[in-house]
Amino acid sequence: MTDALEAQGLIKAFGGLTATDNLSLSVAPGEIHAVIGPNGAGKTTLVNLLSGMMRPDAGRILFNGGDITRMAAPARVKAGLARSYQITSIFRDFTVLENVMLSVQARQGHSFRFWKPVSRDTSLMDPARELLAQVGLGDRVDMRAGDLAYGEQRQLEIAISLATEPSFLLLDEPMAGMGPEESQKMIAFLRALKGDYTMLLIEHDMDAVFVLADRITVLVYGKVIASGAPEEIRNDPAVREAYLGDDDTEHENGEGPADA
Amino acid sequence: MGELGKPANIFTALVLVIFALTPIVAPALDESFYVIVFARFMIWGIAAVSLNLIMGYGGLISFGHAVYLGIGAYTVGILAFHGVTSAWIQWPLAIGVSGLVALVFGAISLRTKGVYFIMITLALAQMIYFLSVSAERYGSDDGLSILARSEFGVSFFSLNDKTTMYYTIFVFLLASVFVSWRLVNSRFGTVMRAAKSNDTRVQSIGVGTYRYRLTAFVIAGMMCGIAGLLQANLESFVSPDMMSWHRSGELIFMVVLGGMSTLFGPVTGAFVFLMLSEILAGLTIHWHIIFGPFLVLVVIFARGGIAGLLTRRADRD
Repeated sequence: MTDALEAQGLIKAFGGLTATDNLSLSVAPGEIHAVIGPNGAGKTTLVNLLSGMMRPDAGRILFNGGDITRMAAPARVKAGLARSYQITSIFRDFTVLENVMLSVQARQGHSFRFWKPVSRDTSLMDPARELLAQVGLGDRVDMRAGDLAYGEQRQLEIAISLATEPSFLLLDEPMAGMGPEESQKMIAFLRALKGDYTMLLIEHDMDAVFVLADRITVLVYGKVIASGAPEEIRNDPAVREAYLGDDDTEHENGEGPADA
Repeated sequence: MGELGKPANIFTALVLVIFALTPIVAPALDESFYVIVFARFMIWGIAAVSLNLIMGYGGLISFGHAVYLGIGAYTVGILAFHGVTSAWIQWPLAIGVSGLVALVFGAISLRTKGVYFIMITLALAQMIYFLSVSAERYGSDDGLSILARSEFGVSFFSLNDKTTMYYTIFVFLLASVFVSWRLVNSRFGTVMRAAKSNDTRVQSIGVGTYRYRLTAFVIAGMMCGIAGLLQANLESFVSPDMMSWHRSGELIFMVVLGGMSTLFGPVTGAFVFLMLSEILAGLTIHWHIIFGPFLVLVVIFARGGIAGLLTRRADRD
């Protein structure tokens, strides 16, 4: 079976720093593939390369078998590859509904329509409302997006990406900055999406990773040091040394996968 | 408080009523002079509305927007100079040339951002400015007198009639605001406003923003070209001064003064800006010494311009 996403030998350097160092990984359709690694491991650079916000110096990216290495970011979204941001990237002065409507609009094709007000366009509003209800922001539609609580902004962040009707989600630390309670809600939300979307999940939160991921790739200094099922990763000596580190972390993660 | 009762809207309504009634009231008060003054204000208003479209709603600070005033005006002037006075030829051509120049200038300048965008729009506009200065055949920097106004070839509508001229400009002013309103709230306008606040996010939902910005740039250029062709007809004269960078700077100020990304802000901004300079210039020849600091204070203390100031006051009450 063709992989949903495959990176082959990606290299990206910024001056003397090689943020992505001959990186290869593949994500099978339907799975959640997590990428973990310490700060500065090049996780966000990887998302930027895969989403087309940056061009790799070398290597290839295949999406559903097709080469998208040279494809511009908007075209990748049209092909079904959507991303979310680690640092919340929403349209703060738009309402929650308008944020999602814009994605629906983008999905429907070009926006060279100059006359009809979008506020009367049910073909945009209805799908947007429906999606917001699904992600649990149904009673927030008319609020200014910038006024939402932080956790809700993170949900909106993902709703904006979902509204482009992707087949593949690149999630850059969806739990970033969240408290434990909010994180739990987000984990439940992502788990509900599992199966409908293939996901590459960049994450710091070990609980989340071991609960959600089918496979885990560990990145250190832009290099893959291990890749495999959660159990293998947990027991991999190199990973434990480089990242999971002390026994504390391992202990904390111990109960995670049990209820996965 | 209802939408219409807000101070900013009351002020807008006041300015519009003044514009609407001047040709009737001014002669009665023996101040016919104001008819041409306000006609001029309204033309600047149209130009400011067009700039607001890209600057206020699109975040594109063009420092060369007055060039389209010049292009619209010179198209009319040069055609008249060669004996082509039909409005049916002059006007579409003036709008078309403005749009074409905006297309070329936009295609170049929109590849840059921030300060570079400002500098490139300025530089490109200066190119046309110096072209007009060096065009000896068309009067160089002395300008070019237009002997006949645009002719529509019908007996009931002639721009030689002062009142007709005035209300034609008035209608175009209202139309420019109406068109802006429709554009801004359409799908196109939504992309434009979104790209202003977060360009990368728009890209990452699958929309390449360049062509939307370029289209907005062209629309604004054409709209400003209309202001230019009206100005040529009002003054029966065109000169390079109309598109010097000072004028572009003043346009930016009018928009900021009235309130960026508000529909009528540029109209009230143009009115207050020009009215103040008229009044101050009447008081002293050193009026810039007062006007300059005033503008600085507006930018510092009244963010959001007149509209912002009046709205905040209202919200406090």
